[in-house]
Amino acid sequence: MNEPVVLQPDETFVLNVGPQHPATHGVLRVKMTMDGEYIYDAETVIGYIHRMHEKMAENRTYTQYLPNLSRLDYLSAMAYCHGYVLAVEKAAAIEVPERAEYIRAITVEMNRISSHLVWFGAFVMDLGGFSPLMYAFDDREQILDLLEGVTGSRLTYCYFRFGGLYNDIDDDFITGTRQFIKRMRKALKMYRNLVTNNIILMTRLKEIGPISVDLCQRYGATGPVARGSGINYDVRRNEAYSVYPEFDFDVPVFTEGDSYARYNVRMEEMEQSLRIIEQGLDKLPDGPVNPEKKIKTVKLPPGDYYTAVEAGRGSFGIRIVSDGDKSPYRLKLRSPTYSNMHLFDEACRGMLIADALAFMGSLDLVIPEMDR
Amino acid sequence: MTLTFLNVFAAVLIAIAFVAANAAYLVWCERKGAGFIQRRPGPTENGPWGLLQPPVDGIKLMTKQLLIPGGVDKIIFMVAPVLAMFPTLISFVTIPFSETIVAHNMNIGVLMIFVFGSMSAMALLMGGWSSRNKYAMISSVRAVSQAVAYEIPMLVTTITVVMIAGSLDLMEIVHKQSGGFWHWNIWPLQNGLYNILMPVSFLIFFICSLAETNRAPFDLGEAESELVAGFHTEYSSMGFGLFFMGEYANIVIGACLTTILFLGGWDCPLGLFPGVWWFLLKIYALIFTFIWIRWTFPRTTIYNLLNLSWKVLIPISLFNLLLTAGLLKVF
Repeated sequence: MNEPVVLQPDETFVLNVGPQHPATHGVLRVKMTMDGEYIYDAETVIGYIHRMHEKMAENRTYTQYLPNLSRLDYLSAMAYCHGYVLAVEKAAAIEVPERAEYIRAITVEMNRISSHLVWFGAFVMDLGGFSPLMYAFDDREQILDLLEGVTGSRLTYCYFRFGGLYNDIDDDFITGTRQFIKRMRKALKMYRNLVTNNIILMTRLKEIGPISVDLCQRYGATGPVARGSGINYDVRRNEAYSVYPEFDFDVPVFTEGDSYARYNVRMEEMEQSLRIIEQGLDKLPDGPVNPEKKIKTVKLPPGDYYTAVEAGRGSFGIRIVSDGDKSPYRLKLRSPTYSNMHLFDEACRGMLIADALAFMGSLDLVIPEMDR
Repeated sequence: MTLTFLNVFAAVLIAIAFVAANAAYLVWCERKGAGFIQRRPGPTENGPWGLLQPPVDGIKLMTKQLLIPGGVDKIIFMVAPVLAMFPTLISFVTIPFSETIVAHNMNIGVLMIFVFGSMSAMALLMGGWSSRNKYAMISSVRAVSQAVAYEIPMLVTTITVVMIAGSLDLMEIVHKQSGGFWHWNIWPLQNGLYNILMPVSFLIFFICSLAETNRAPFDLGEAESELVAGFHTEYSSMGFGLFFMGEYANIVIGACLTTILFLGGWDCPLGLFPGVWWFLLKIYALIFTFIWIRWTFPRTTIYNLLNLSWKVLIPISLFNLLLTAGLLKVF
């Protein structure tokens, strides 16, 4: 791993990247103190899209808070809803039919692929290659169409209910998903040949933005960022929830810690998600998707509950403190982008601006999720 | 043919009109080409197949407000876009399209194209510097180091070709290559000369003309995900339009020069029916390659770009120059 360049500049200037800048993909602002094209110091300024999601939870019932979760990370909204319903179900001891859990896993994994596809397109666009974005969005469109068919929405899903689902999936969804798996495998092969093995892309990413295990642990980085640095941790396997223990899947881990490793982790995760979806469709049991007894009002017994799920960007944790009322006393969201982003300040010192922005892209930031 | 002043003037105007029309319609070609590569239709709304898009864009650009931000160096700020477009137009005057179609042939045609070609880097520097914008400043500094790094191998390669032809006259260079594709400068077998580095030379020249036009994968000047819009961040209306047109005019020049120096100009590959159509076919094939490359590759970085030039392209082209000189002396 390359040691970062230590600069002792005579003269610096401040370059204000963001809140409106093509590379920050949202309203993130980075105040960079530059020595020529080298970054001497960087300070990320967040909060431009803060919407008080945590405070809103305290004024709503548990059910009313459901749609808020899909507004955090609009690219992998399913996983966030999943985390919330799991947390509430665990606390209120609500039984979930097995079929519902399988469908949840399938839709979450599909959503993960669509989220990674957006990242893939946007990331290669950050590096100056425009065409992969169009191809990635074309593939993502198939997922959105399928999910629209069952959930009714294309981006901010509110599909999961306490104890079950909004509605059951139909045969169209199953055949469509099987077709999509075939199509996506072909597409991933094309991406590998055209983009991953491209020599310019490799020189842009290899040994750029190396993150050590220590740095990841100090900042609490999770998900593909941590797995790209060799931390073999995936909530789906290490703290298995839902029906994930039933599935046979690998957790891709790369030890290089550079941007190329993070890139490869996500590309392989898409393949693993396809495997999970395939197994889920094969094993899908019959039965109801909602509990026999209708759940009217949800009240959690007083206590402190925490559940984590593996969202598209890392470990999403949700902590609910209940005082027995129909709305939570305090709800804390632990969003992965928040931790992943803050290591940027430290890691980008001594980098060139072009490399630093490529590095930022490889962290896969979704700003609304970070600001909440 | 007697060259009256009026004749020359008309010919020059026609050459300039050709480039201007090309620059406008290359935007359309690029957008259609990008659409083709990205599996989408590209412009379709204005006219059949979107063919009226360039004039409509032109009207839009001209009717927009020309915004001059406070604190800029006004004169330089206004001159820069003109300087980006005009030298390129002028250098078209010496390009021979065929035996008879040339606005004004000169015996130092190659030199003149390079003199005017190097002025476009000046335009980027002036535009970026006078904008008083940090992004534009970084971009203009990049553009200059890029232009310096890539004009050297380009010139050295051109000198190699000039040595083989024995003339700086573009007409003469094409004449030396006539009689079928095996006579073209791209091939190693050239007038009894066995120089296996000529295809490499062609590649170097092609890469350099890509870099000279500031296009992907070498579009570091305007790298929009890093530097917003680079040197033309602060330009609006026709100021931006001229920079934009200048880029496309540069592409045409690059393709023309590559065709003349390496691909035998208007010469037919099989030595039959030479004519202007071959020249046009060759330059548009090259232009399509430019578009194809742009929409396929990601952008490189400035240090990779400079490394490529100083450590790879310049040594190889210098070696080729020496080799060619030696071969010319021996045979």
